[in-house]
Amino acid sequence: MLKRVHFPTSALPYLLVAPQILITLVFFIWPASQAMYQSFLIEDAFGLGTEFVWFENFQILATDHHYLASFQRTAVFSLLVAALSMGFALILAGFAQRVVRGAMFYRTLLIWPYAVAPVLAGALWVFMFNPTLGIFPYFLEFAGITWNHYLSGPQAMGLVILAAAWKQVAYNFLFYLAAMQSIPNSVIEAAAIDGAGPARRFWTIIFPLISPTTFFLLVINMVYAFFETFGIIHAVTQGGPGTSTTILVYKVFNDGFVGLDLGGSAAQSVVLMVLVIAMTVVQFRFVERKVAY
Amino acid sequence: MVEHRPLTAFLTHLVLILGVFAIALPVWITFVASTHDELRMNQAPLPLWPGEYFLENMKQTLFGSGLSGTEQAPVWLMLLNSLAMALMISTGKIAISLLSAFAIVYFKFPFRMGFFWMIFITLMLPVEVRILPTFEVVANLGMLNSYWGLSIPLIASATATFMFRQVFLTVPDELLESARIDGAGPLRFFFDILLPLSRTNIAALFVILFIFGWNQYLWPLLITTDTSMTTIVMSIKQMLEAAEQSPQWNIIMTTALLAMIPPVFVVIAMQKLFVQGLTETDK
Repeated sequence: MLKRVHFPTSALPYLLVAPQILITLVFFIWPASQAMYQSFLIEDAFGLGTEFVWFENFQILATDHHYLASFQRTAVFSLLVAALSMGFALILAGFAQRVVRGAMFYRTLLIWPYAVAPVLAGALWVFMFNPTLGIFPYFLEFAGITWNHYLSGPQAMGLVILAAAWKQVAYNFLFYLAAMQSIPNSVIEAAAIDGAGPARRFWTIIFPLISPTTFFLLVINMVYAFFETFGIIHAVTQGGPGTSTTILVYKVFNDGFVGLDLGGSAAQSVVLMVLVIAMTVVQFRFVERKVAY
Repeated sequence: MVEHRPLTAFLTHLVLILGVFAIALPVWITFVASTHDELRMNQAPLPLWPGEYFLENMKQTLFGSGLSGTEQAPVWLMLLNSLAMALMISTGKIAISLLSAFAIVYFKFPFRMGFFWMIFITLMLPVEVRILPTFEVVANLGMLNSYWGLSIPLIASATATFMFRQVFLTVPDELLESARIDGAGPLRFFFDILLPLSRTNIAALFVILFIFGWNQYLWPLLITTDTSMTTIVMSIKQMLEAAEQSPQWNIIMTTALLAMIPPVFVVIAMQKLFVQGLTETDK
């Protein structure tokens, strides 16, 4: 933690940490505590006064079926995004690690979507699936499927899942490929000598050996789907049709900035903070155990 | 590959090439849309092969009046705004994280661990979950519609501080001992020894943070109301809304292309640093 050899105490270290601490206090700690305080308040109908109500906002949330439905929706959404993008990345990485020459070439061609902003990913996919003009609805029509994500909830959900998963494949591929390349060649060769074919080797050796990476990526992907997909939802569906794509982060924004329900929105923020902290703790505990010092 | 089987080798490349195409498809369609004129882009089925209006669309998007029927800043100004925001966020984060990591690793002072935990907490709070109160703070400080408001609330970073802490911990103690024997003070040691030693880490982090900064969406959307402060990434959403009245998909998609070229170029051109930065910051 601290260096064995270090500088004597002076005013200097305080000056060095000052900018970081100041910004943390003003833009993180203070707003977060405000959110927490506001979650205990209810504003009256005219916005004239507020009343301190302890946990009433949370009680309202816990019995609000819109909120509970949004919770469920977020869980389904993030599990599907994680499964889709990790599955696709696992297949591609499994094949890419077999290529001796050219693996880095394929890596270049597969990792760039990481740099595309979520809202842009949403714009790209919403254009491809535009009900009147898009390429995919045109071809789906031949298969007898009428595509209109402005009217159909499941189709809207499918579209945001596709857009969110597309962007995340790059990240998952990178970590899977790195994990597979760190498996000692001798293990693979020994299995090959014993007569195991490529598919068998993948499922009985490679896949179990990279399971720590799978778990790590699962947490990362859940966090991504929970918090970083706001732009995709905002660009593609605005939470609609109805509330069929209103995930938790979108609901906080919508209830706070559009609905102006400050107490309710703040209570939702607090619930989200608890979720983030829980996920981060899981991630850190796991990383602590994985990294050997 | 362990054994030599031409058929599996062929299959391997086939799957990978199909994967590359599947991943590239949305961007290909965007690119094609940016090479046709407005008329062609309003007839289904849309083209899958580039046309010849690319330069014209680029010119109209960058320097023209933008979409008809909307009030928007010119796209070149949005690109500049995005660049300014991305650079301020990335350099700001790196600077304050370097300083605080240096203090935490090389000094023993009261409340050291308190500061460390305070920084650690920021790791846990993405902007999305505390937007409303943070917005109020920025509004009260009069930082709406300014570069400072766009960047400063985002530059406190636990990940960067953590990363530099790890880097500094691997620096041998003998370096500090000899520097002190030679009479170097803390700042001299920081600038002449620590900074040069962590050069590649700084560069790797810069690549990641530049992308992070460039791709900010919700925050700029909230705190900029003045059209001259719009960033390119947030303009896409306004254009999609405007598309319902005036579907100039060629212009919208050219703008989308312009918005993703800088960060994608950074990833491809500095791939090694990008991979290093990505794997380091997440541990």
